[in-house]
Amino acid sequence: MPDSVDEVVSRLGEQAYLCYRRLATAILVALRIGKPLFVEGEAGVGKTELARAMARLLGARLIRLQCYEGIDLAHAAYEWNYARQLLHIRLLDASGGEDARAEAERDLFSDEYLLRRPLLDAIDNQDSVAPVLLIDEIDRSDEEFEAFLLELLADFAISIPELGTVRAERPPFVVLTGNRTREVHDALKRRCLYHWIDYPELEREVAIVRARAPEVSERLARRVAGLVQGLRGMDLYKLPGVAETVDWARSLAAIGSDGSDADALESTMGAAVKYQEDLETVRQAIPDLMRDQPA
Amino acid sequence: MTSPPDSERRGDLVVRLAGFGELLRDAGLRVGPDRTIDGMAALGCVDIGDLDQMRDALRAVYVCRREEIGIFDAAFDLYWSRPGSSIGAGAIPMRSRPLPLDPEKARAWLARLGLPESEIPREQETTPRVASSSGYSAQELLRSRDFGDLTWEETQQVRHLLRQAPWRLAERRTRRWQPGRRGRVELRRTLRRAARSGGDAVALERARRRIRRRPLVIICDVSGSMERYSRALLVFAHAVARRERVDTFVFSTRLSRITHLLRRREIDDALADTAEQVHDIGGGTRIGESLRSFNRRYARRVLGHGAVVLIISDGWDRGEVAVLEREMSRLSRSCHRLIWLNPLLGSDVYAPEARGMAAALPFCDDFLAAHNVDALDELGRRLADLPRRSLRR
Repeated sequence: MPDSVDEVVSRLGEQAYLCYRRLATAILVALRIGKPLFVEGEAGVGKTELARAMARLLGARLIRLQCYEGIDLAHAAYEWNYARQLLHIRLLDASGGEDARAEAERDLFSDEYLLRRPLLDAIDNQDSVAPVLLIDEIDRSDEEFEAFLLELLADFAISIPELGTVRAERPPFVVLTGNRTREVHDALKRRCLYHWIDYPELEREVAIVRARAPEVSERLARRVAGLVQGLRGMDLYKLPGVAETVDWARSLAAIGSDGSDADALESTMGAAVKYQEDLETVRQAIPDLMRDQPA
Repeated sequence: MTSPPDSERRGDLVVRLAGFGELLRDAGLRVGPDRTIDGMAALGCVDIGDLDQMRDALRAVYVCRREEIGIFDAAFDLYWSRPGSSIGAGAIPMRSRPLPLDPEKARAWLARLGLPESEIPREQETTPRVASSSGYSAQELLRSRDFGDLTWEETQQVRHLLRQAPWRLAERRTRRWQPGRRGRVELRRTLRRAARSGGDAVALERARRRIRRRPLVIICDVSGSMERYSRALLVFAHAVARRERVDTFVFSTRLSRITHLLRRREIDDALADTAEQVHDIGGGTRIGESLRSFNRRYARRVLGHGAVVLIISDGWDRGEVAVLEREMSRLSRSCHRLIWLNPLLGSDVYAPEARGMAAALPFCDDFLAAHNVDALDELGRRLADLPRRSLRR
């Protein structure tokens, strides 16, 4: 486990994840005091990637739970294997006997018939290193699910009525992400450390593109990052994130462009701009944006 | 990492940190005593000789949302960096980060921290917000306008009637299941039942989709031409917000979110706050621009879960019609139902001839009057009758 802020920065760097010291500090604190880390930020600033990089850094398994409206215990934590339970009952019926029946009731809700979903897996497993649990886009779930997470995140325990409480021996490192499509309840946030990831500055973004897409030349990376930084100052419905910068640079590299001609930029800008209205705005602005770039 | 400070220093630090929590609380952050414990733990993980590390560690503990970051940093500057002491490289000078304290408390804090009064971050008490970049600063009356001076003889009665209005928002089927008499078979409960009765599934347990009220978003025009109505309509919005999930916005030349202001129980307090904090009340109208900023800044956050959008305006738009058209089109595509309330519709001679109104009309699902309590009742009936399923337009 990393010991200092500098170590977090450098070891995440080894995983091709470049972060500022303030994020590294939050990570260090989260690791050491064993609290979940709640990261918010615009789409494409590397929230999900952070969890992946942390898993690689810690040498841990990444367990990912993608949230959506209506997600419930059966999808997130555990479910009983009904088909096998039914089968078990039938078999016992055939063999009969009072003792067998009593035993059956005990067996029916045992570990054997439990289907483990990501959350249960994260706190109850055989891993040698506690896993990294990514609860992605928590704002897409609903209040009921948030309420359930409260218990989980406070104690790293899940109570299963038929079995009892399952508690994590070694709590996982939990990363929650959100896009703010909905305001997440304060009670949940209070159980976490909070960090807002902003768009990076130009130099940092160039470095990120280079780290994530080695095939992209320094020159191209710089050009694309500069353009995207320009786009973020424009009046668009959806601003491109870092992921979009990387995609755009990759697209240009794939068609062998160095990003200096407007045609190539236009034909690939779908990698960074995803709304029809925005495409039109950007198309008109490309010449101006290119002029602002260093040659 | 430093070695943990000895117990005496540690005790000092706890007291200091608890004081910091108080300052943050006064500045409007929700900080409970439990935060101090977490804060101490966090400080134990970093080098507290390094002010930046200390700041970052405490920020992760005390801040809960993006809006609080600026407040936190301002409070941190005030509390932890002594004036004259060397602030770490890259730290932003105190004055650029105003701390939202009321003047009374600000003075008390400065005294407590032994700072001169000149350190009071006064921006929030005096500085009026500057008009947005383009357009109507001439028409836009940048002054704090007292709603209380607007005449509305029947305000009291209207309030009373609105509070009694029996209508509720339509419901929608959510994607969450709950036990019910009909619907999908739920094996888990069936099985548990079966185990109890000796292995035979006597009856199938079922689950149906949970039903929830739809969220409502009100976007209300408070420009000059709407003056006669805006007070009553805000009373209306307040009455609704007391019972339903409502997000309220007002605009004349720019959009302001007033959801939190309307949470105050007393309507007079809520209106006073609104008048104080929304600076373009009674200004010109730029519906298109305002909807644009709604679409860009808030739509993704407040239009989830099958929301119903209510725009209240007379449609006298001073902005570009093309902008209005584009934004209405976008808005109508991102909500469950788009309803336009026009107070002028109440008069017999009115036809939607205002340029803006004509442009917006094709995108509205309903076009209703809003000039008296009867009209609002009609609206209530309409809202209650919306279908549970999403509909295709």
